[in-house]
Amino acid sequence: MEKVIMGNHAVSFGVQLARVQVIAAYPITPQTQIVEMLSELCADGRLAAKFIKVESEHSVMAAVVGASIAGARAFTATSSHGLALMHEVLHWAAGGRLPIVAANVNRTLGPGWNVWTEQTDSLAQRDTGWMQLYCETNQEALDLVLLAYRVAEKVLLPVMLVLDAFFLSHTMEPVDVPEQALVDRFLPSFEPQYKLQPGEPCSFYGLVTPEYYMELRHKMHLAMQSALAEITAAGNEFGRLFGRYYGLLEPYRLEDADVVLVTSGSITGTSRVVVDEWRARGHKVGLLKMRVFRPFPFAAVRQALAHAKKVAVLDRDISQGLGGIWASETKGALYGVAEPPVVFPFIIGLGGRDVTPESIHKVLDYTVAHDAPEDDTVWMEVKR
Amino acid sequence: MIEVRIHGRGGQGAVIASEVLADAVFRAGSYVQSFPAFGVERRGAPVAAFLRFDDQPVRLRCQVYHPDHVMVLDPSLMQVVDVTAGLKDGGWILINSEQPPASFALPSQFRTATVDASAIAIRHRLGPQTAPIVNTAILGAFAYVTGLVKLDMLEVAVRETVPIKPDSNVAAMREAFGAVQCEGKAQP
Repeated sequence: MEKVIMGNHAVSFGVQLARVQVIAAYPITPQTQIVEMLSELCADGRLAAKFIKVESEHSVMAAVVGASIAGARAFTATSSHGLALMHEVLHWAAGGRLPIVAANVNRTLGPGWNVWTEQTDSLAQRDTGWMQLYCETNQEALDLVLLAYRVAEKVLLPVMLVLDAFFLSHTMEPVDVPEQALVDRFLPSFEPQYKLQPGEPCSFYGLVTPEYYMELRHKMHLAMQSALAEITAAGNEFGRLFGRYYGLLEPYRLEDADVVLVTSGSITGTSRVVVDEWRARGHKVGLLKMRVFRPFPFAAVRQALAHAKKVAVLDRDISQGLGGIWASETKGALYGVAEPPVVFPFIIGLGGRDVTPESIHKVLDYTVAHDAPEDDTVWMEVKR
Repeated sequence: MIEVRIHGRGGQGAVIASEVLADAVFRAGSYVQSFPAFGVERRGAPVAAFLRFDDQPVRLRCQVYHPDHVMVLDPSLMQVVDVTAGLKDGGWILINSEQPPASFALPSQFRTATVDASAIAIRHRLGPQTAPIVNTAILGAFAYVTGLVKLDMLEVAVRETVPIKPDSNVAAMREAFGAVQCEGKAQP
């Protein structure tokens, strides 16, 4: 059934449909509405889940880890400083091979104090062993909750579902909320191989000496690698059941494109409009939307971009001393390609600064006008 | 694509107005997108909300800079905010005011309309008398001046979306539909 709902509530509906059993949360703008709606669903019995209020995000993730070890399907949502405070326990979730799903509504890290969107909060968690999926629309936010659990429970690694503050979280648009019976077919209940339970005492998280630690990390690495195929397979099955297909990435008018925009999140929609305008004027411009950041789909990106002449990567994030994080990974994917495209790394829209069609036109104007970027990173629309 | 901007003060229901209108337009078969101006809302401070609708999915993800129409929920905002900023020629400026449209002396490339939404909201006991909630009334007037949404669809949307007093809100909306002062458009 189609409803007009905000991105935050699209996530909540996804969690309800996933029959999540334990939710722990601490409120933070701009994600609060996700767990606010879930707490109402739990309170009035529409969702048979235990809702745990705790005193900080560090404890949130600890509670979710505990629930997951006990075999429950567990969820939380956070943003920005909340995610930063969880950082330590994110490692415990991934290292414990727990299929937790957490939504992160991208918000800029302070100082300067700022509640608006930027991806640095989630991208900074890239080495924690969590998969990361980025959303363009509210529909995608709901659907990817279901996909996230399906993949997480297959490869036994947690998933971070990422959506932009306000441009998705607080924006209302039509979303198809699927039937529970169909969701149950896609996402049956989960029974872990090992869990804490009365009567069968066991211990998690014991000391691991150098003799075995490396093997744990190697197995995580293999699991992460296998997730590429699992995401593809689950996305295809989702498409067969619900009519919406999800892959590792999403090409848009990419065939024969000389100039390609690489985008993620809500900037993608605005960029599609601009690509159409350039195509209408006869320019061979296309777009590659990134959905999966971890595991990074190197081979798929390489294949999608190898024939382009110029690639403009839009980073709404900044790793100081490096530049754009998506641009860095994109360059890595193109390493070793014979006659690779020139990568133009753009920093744009930090701190929630609006990215308009005019902003994207400027990116394309710059990319077309230059043989190579004038600096390691090109800062768009920055006051100097 | 039609783009609408709603100016109000925190507590008047500008954001809910955009949600109700979005719901009504969606029920009539259009694709919609509605969102608040992204800020830190405080009661009484100027706020804004936006709406886009189209016969195709709305892909733009940025604020509205060139609205087709504007609604102003509080006439005191006329001195504080440039409500005509970026407004397209021929666009409606619908103001909650008991004054006639000409009293605002807005540029002639725009069309101005007024409706005494505060008095209507107070009559229907929507919010306190000193700070009435005028959003449903102004939507009734919007339906009249623009013809972009049917009153019946708005009524369904109000009953689905507005948390309290559905009958009073619907009555206020219908009364405002018939109480618009505007240039170049006959009284209903």
